[in-house]
Amino acid sequence: QAEVEETLKRIQTHKGVIGTIVVNAEGIPIRTTLDNSTTVQYAGLLHQLTMKARSTVRDIDPQNDLTFLRIRSKKHEIMVAPDKEYMLIVIQNPSE
Amino acid sequence: MEIVYVYTKKRNEFGRQCNFSDRSAELHVDILPDPSLAVNFIERDPCDVPIQCTQEMSEHEVNTERFESDTRGINHVEGGWPKDVNPHEMEQTIRFRKKVEKDENYISTVMQLGNNMEHCIKQNNAIDIYREYFEEEEVVEESEVQPSAKTINVFRDPNEVKRTASSLSWHPDGSRKLAVAYSSLEFQKVSKDMSLNSYIWDIENPNKPEMTLKPVSPLVCLEYNPKDCHILVGGSYNGQIAYWDTRKGSQPVEMSTIEHSHRDPVYRVIWLQSKTGTDTFSASTDGQVLWWDIRKMSEPTERLILDPNKKGNLDNALGAISLEFETTMPTKFMVGTEQGLVVSCNRKAKTPAEKIVCMYSGHHGPIYALQRNPFFPKNFLTVADWTARIWSEDIKESSIMWTKYHTAYLSDGSWSPVRPSVFFTIKMDGTLDVWDFLFKQNDPTLSVKVCDEALNSLRVQDNGHFLACGSQLGTVTLLEISSGLCTLQKNEKALATAMFERETKREKILEARHREMRLKERSRSEQSKEEDTKEGDGEESPEELITRIEKDFYEIVEAELKKRDKGEEKKVRLILNSFTGLRVVRGSLRVVKGSSKIVKGFTNKGGGPDSTL
Repeated sequence: QAEVEETLKRIQTHKGVIGTIVVNAEGIPIRTTLDNSTTVQYAGLLHQLTMKARSTVRDIDPQNDLTFLRIRSKKHEIMVAPDKEYMLIVIQNPSE
Repeated sequence: MEIVYVYTKKRNEFGRQCNFSDRSAELHVDILPDPSLAVNFIERDPCDVPIQCTQEMSEHEVNTERFESDTRGINHVEGGWPKDVNPHEMEQTIRFRKKVEKDENYISTVMQLGNNMEHCIKQNNAIDIYREYFEEEEVVEESEVQPSAKTINVFRDPNEVKRTASSLSWHPDGSRKLAVAYSSLEFQKVSKDMSLNSYIWDIENPNKPEMTLKPVSPLVCLEYNPKDCHILVGGSYNGQIAYWDTRKGSQPVEMSTIEHSHRDPVYRVIWLQSKTGTDTFSASTDGQVLWWDIRKMSEPTERLILDPNKKGNLDNALGAISLEFETTMPTKFMVGTEQGLVVSCNRKAKTPAEKIVCMYSGHHGPIYALQRNPFFPKNFLTVADWTARIWSEDIKESSIMWTKYHTAYLSDGSWSPVRPSVFFTIKMDGTLDVWDFLFKQNDPTLSVKVCDEALNSLRVQDNGHFLACGSQLGTVTLLEISSGLCTLQKNEKALATAMFERETKREKILEARHREMRLKERSRSEQSKEEDTKEGDGEESPEELITRIEKDFYEIVEAELKKRDKGEEKKVRLILNSFTGLRVVRGSLRVVKGSSKIVKGFTNKGGGPDSTL
């Protein structure tokens, strides 16, 4: 469990990372470095988007599955690493 | 008597299988036709009977009803918590979270995801994967795309009695809304049930107009205030001007008084550039141009009568159909009249006589559209009768460029706000033409049939990408122009400048030449008045000209005849006479214009020179 802490801390201290959220399958944020309202928003919205993305990938090819989702917007990049039960969301500001 | 038949079979033949064998055909009976029996029958008329052995199908058409959709939002509240945990209780949520964190699955999952994530984060930090690396090699591919215009949406007049969409105006902020003025411009065709309303449409919703404007008399023209997007001013059929505030409802906020308004429908109203942003001016076919301040609509602030003799006489005045005002030149404005003249005026002149600066003539009918080129304000476009013309302010005798005469009347036109060489025109047969005179001068670059009825009004959106055109039955069509026609090409401004300059120079030279010729004629006519007897080589009267040419003609014919008599070919001379026109006979012709010449044709043997066919 200490490793988990260490991993999350390491991720958070990378260059440009704004926030990290760990969400479970029901959309409940387990671990977050952002404030509550933002976390709830990100958790809810990205959860739905990930489900949709995963179903899209599997519709096209049932053997396939979603491994990573990256959304690049004007201001920053949102990266989602989905799993069966949990989901790791990181918001990063890629340096240019 | 007993009839007995004994059928015997040998014992060992019982149960034997049947043996089938072939034998050749034998004719048993041959019944020949007996013609005497045919007397009892009548031959039937042959008739065609089609028979088809397929499934019976029928065709049905289904059109779904328009359904109105509404947008609603849902407020998302944190959810997903299990029943025993109250999301508002901090303690419970913390406890739940701690429990989850102790779960083994959680630990392993997070470790794994964390690794993935780190990889991507590092990737992001190391190099910008979305950067354009090969910018210099971008080839301009727009030239390959065919110019096209696509209909995006159609807005129909919701009333039963259809009126013409006589004017359109885009919302100044972002162009999401379109104000359309509906009226019936045909003389005395107004019916009792015709609705007086004009509408503001949201371009995303073609089913129902967003807002209704309820004037006292149908609006002929309508304009949004470019400074304040809630204010609209409209000119109505009975000559009054009214202004609306969309925040205040459908009724006009104020209307001008009837005594001081126009006496004919107001065909155009434009907002002026002023500090208060409340000045407008309007034009109507009663010959007046009135200036208004919308805060005080009881009286116009200024009045101008379009009298070409500059005497302010209303009876002589030219009826105005279109107005032009460019905010970069606030003292000048132009008026397009019913008589086909464009009058250029100066607002700041002291006396009414000086207000009218000059007039440009050249059109045969009312000038429906008048607009300066947004990039070259010295050149303006007029659309009238069957042509569209481009003028230069300095050349007053004629336009510098013009389109050919079309088969249908042109009813409106406009420059493209993004490309200096592109303009749009619409015709009474329902087509929209897009002209790009740097690409092709004789024909429109793109001609699109928008609808079957006549188109009456046209308005291009400020980004040059969309345009709306209104038709006679009140249908407004929103079209999207392909990107090639609304992105500025390389060198376009320079090329357009060069073209305008060249045409202007040509016209200037022609103007100078005309002036010279006129001077010469004038001096010559003065001369000939003094010298009566002298027979000048100057003007011959038409009769003298005819006799001279006839003499020449007969001489040439005689000469040919003599030549022809020597040869014995069967030919007929086809005589082209410039005064009697061309008579066509079967055979091929080689036509030579000008005064009479003899052309060879071929048919039967011809006669003498008098046999004009």
